[in-house]
Amino acid sequence: MSLSFLILALLTLGGAVAAMTLHRLVHCVLALTVALAGLAGLYLNLGAQFVGLAQILVYVGAVAILIVFAVLLTRGAEIASQMDSSRQGRFSALAGGVATAAAVFAVLAWVVLHSPTLSAPAATMTQVAPQAAMQQIGDALMRRYVLPLEVMGLMLTAALIGAVILALEEKPEAQ
Amino acid sequence: MTQAPVQQLDQIFVMLKHWLVGYVPAAAQPVVSSLLSVVAILALFPALFAFTTVLERKGLGRMQNRYGPNRVGPFGLLQPLADGIKSLTKEDVVPRTADKAVHFMAPLLLVAASFLAYAVLPVGRNMAAVNLDAGVLYFFAVGAVAELAVFMAGWSSHNKYSLLGAMRAIAQMISYEVPLILSSLAVIMAAGSLSTVEIAGRQAGYSGIWPHWYVLTPWGLAGFLLFMIAATAETNRSPFDLPEGESEIIAGYYTEYSGFKFALFFLGEYLGMFAISGLGITLFLGGWSAPFSFLTWIPSWIWFFAKLLALIAVFIWMRGTLPRLRMDQLMNFAWKFMLPMALLVMVSAGVWRFLPHGVLRWIVCFVMIAVPYVLLGRGLLQGKKIGKRTYRFAE
Repeated sequence: MSLSFLILALLTLGGAVAAMTLHRLVHCVLALTVALAGLAGLYLNLGAQFVGLAQILVYVGAVAILIVFAVLLTRGAEIASQMDSSRQGRFSALAGGVATAAAVFAVLAWVVLHSPTLSAPAATMTQVAPQAAMQQIGDALMRRYVLPLEVMGLMLTAALIGAVILALEEKPEAQ
Repeated sequence: MTQAPVQQLDQIFVMLKHWLVGYVPAAAQPVVSSLLSVVAILALFPALFAFTTVLERKGLGRMQNRYGPNRVGPFGLLQPLADGIKSLTKEDVVPRTADKAVHFMAPLLLVAASFLAYAVLPVGRNMAAVNLDAGVLYFFAVGAVAELAVFMAGWSSHNKYSLLGAMRAIAQMISYEVPLILSSLAVIMAAGSLSTVEIAGRQAGYSGIWPHWYVLTPWGLAGFLLFMIAATAETNRSPFDLPEGESEIIAGYYTEYSGFKFALFFLGEYLGMFAISGLGITLFLGGWSAPFSFLTWIPSWIWFFAKLLALIAVFIWMRGTLPRLRMDQLMNFAWKFMLPMALLVMVSAGVWRFLPHGVLRWIVCFVMIAVPYVLLGRGLLQGKKIGKRTYRFAE
C-alpha cells in the first residue's frame, strides 16, 4: 500500500462521509464531488489514465454541475436537509443503506475473487502496464465493441430527445 | 558539443534543466525534475498575465481614443506591480451571510485548476511538463473543475448577482464545451493521438516552404475558428462576457470578492485564456513549429509564445470592438450553429483523411463546410430583418 493510495483513499472516504453527514445540501454535493475526484485519483494511481480522466470529466464536470443545478432549481439549497426525524424512520434508512452497501460489496468481492488476473502469477500482473492504453481502448471500442457503443449512443440520443420533448412548451396552434 | 548552436539555443531550457537535475542524487531526480517544470510554469505564466494586463489596457485605450496606463514606470510598464501592491493592501471583505469555507476555497480551486492545465502544453520542442498519453482529455478534465469553482464562488457569496452570474457562466461553459471538444476531436482523428506532444510533432513537417499545420486545410481552418469562438466563450471573454457583464450584474460571480481574492479570479481567468489559446496553438497552429521552413532556425519556444501573443492580441481586439451578446443569442448560436458546424468539421476531417492527395479533396472538403455554412446562416436569419440600426432617442 503506497502513500499516494492512502491519501487518495482517505480523501475519497472523507468526502463520502462528509456527503452523508453535512447539513446543507450544496455542501453535500461539493463533498460528493471530492469523493468522486478521489476515486478518479485512485484510477490514475492504478495507471488507468482514460478511466480516471473520463471520471473527472464526466462526474466532476457534468454530474456534479447537474446535481447542483437540480438543487438550486428546486429551491432546496436554503433549507437544511430535512431528515426523517422519527427514530424508526432513521433506523430503517440506516438498515437499508447498510444492506445495499453490503450487497454491492459482496458482488464486487465475488467478482474480484473470481477474476482470472488474481490467479495469474504476480509477475504477469505487473506486466499489464498501461502503455498505449488509449490506442487499445480506441481499438476495442471501434472494432470489437462497436455494436454496444452504437447502441449506447442511440439510447443516449433517445434520452436527449425525450428530455427536450418533455421540456418543450407546447404551442397552442400545434394542438 | 557537436550540436549546432541553433539546436543548442532551441534546447537551452531543456539542457539547463538536465544540468540542474544532475546535481541532485539519483533517487531525488524525478521529483526535482518535475519540480523544476512546475516552478517554470508558476513563474512564467503569471508574469505573462501581468504583462498582458498592461497590454490589454493599452490596447483598449488605443481603441477607445484614450491613453491607458502611462504613469507607473516607462510607458506604464510597471503598472501590474502597482496593481499587485494595491490588491494586497486592500481589506479582504467577506459578506456576513456568505458561506465562509466555500467562499474561501473558490478562487483557490479556480487558480489551481487553471495552472494544472499547463502540464500538458508543449511550449517548445521537448518542452512539455508531462507527456500524457491522454493529454487533450486531461486538459478538458481539468478545465471542467473550473466550472465547479465558478459555481462555488457564485453560490457561497449569498448575493443574487453572484448567483445569476454563476448560473450564466455554467450554462455558457457547458454549451460551448460541446463545440470546443468536437472541433478538437477532428484534430485528434487526423493526428491519431490524444497526446499533445504527439499532435504538435505531427505538424512539424514541411511541404516546400509550407508547414503541415492542421489550420491549413479546409476542415482545420473551420475547426480552428470554431475552437477559438468556443474558447472565447469558455473563458468568459467579451463578447461572451455575460457572466460578469458589469452593466447588468455588477461583476457576476465575483461581485463579493475583494482585495487579493479578486486578483486571483482575474489571474485564473487570464490563465484559462492562455491555456486554451495554447491548446488551440497545439492542435491547429502547429504548436512550436515555425510557419515557414526557412524560419526553423528561430528557437521553437519563441514560436510558441509569438503565436500565443498573437492570439492574445486577437482577444483584446475582439474585446475592444464587439458588443456583448444576449443570453438567448448566445444559446442559439451555440446549439444551432456551432454544434452542427463542429459535427460537419469532424466528418470533413474524416473525408480528408481517406481521399487521395490532390485538388479533389480540397474542393470536396471546402464544399462540405462552405455550403452548410451558407445554408445554416440563411436559415437562422429567416424572418429577421437586418439593416441599419435605427435609434429611437439618440439620433
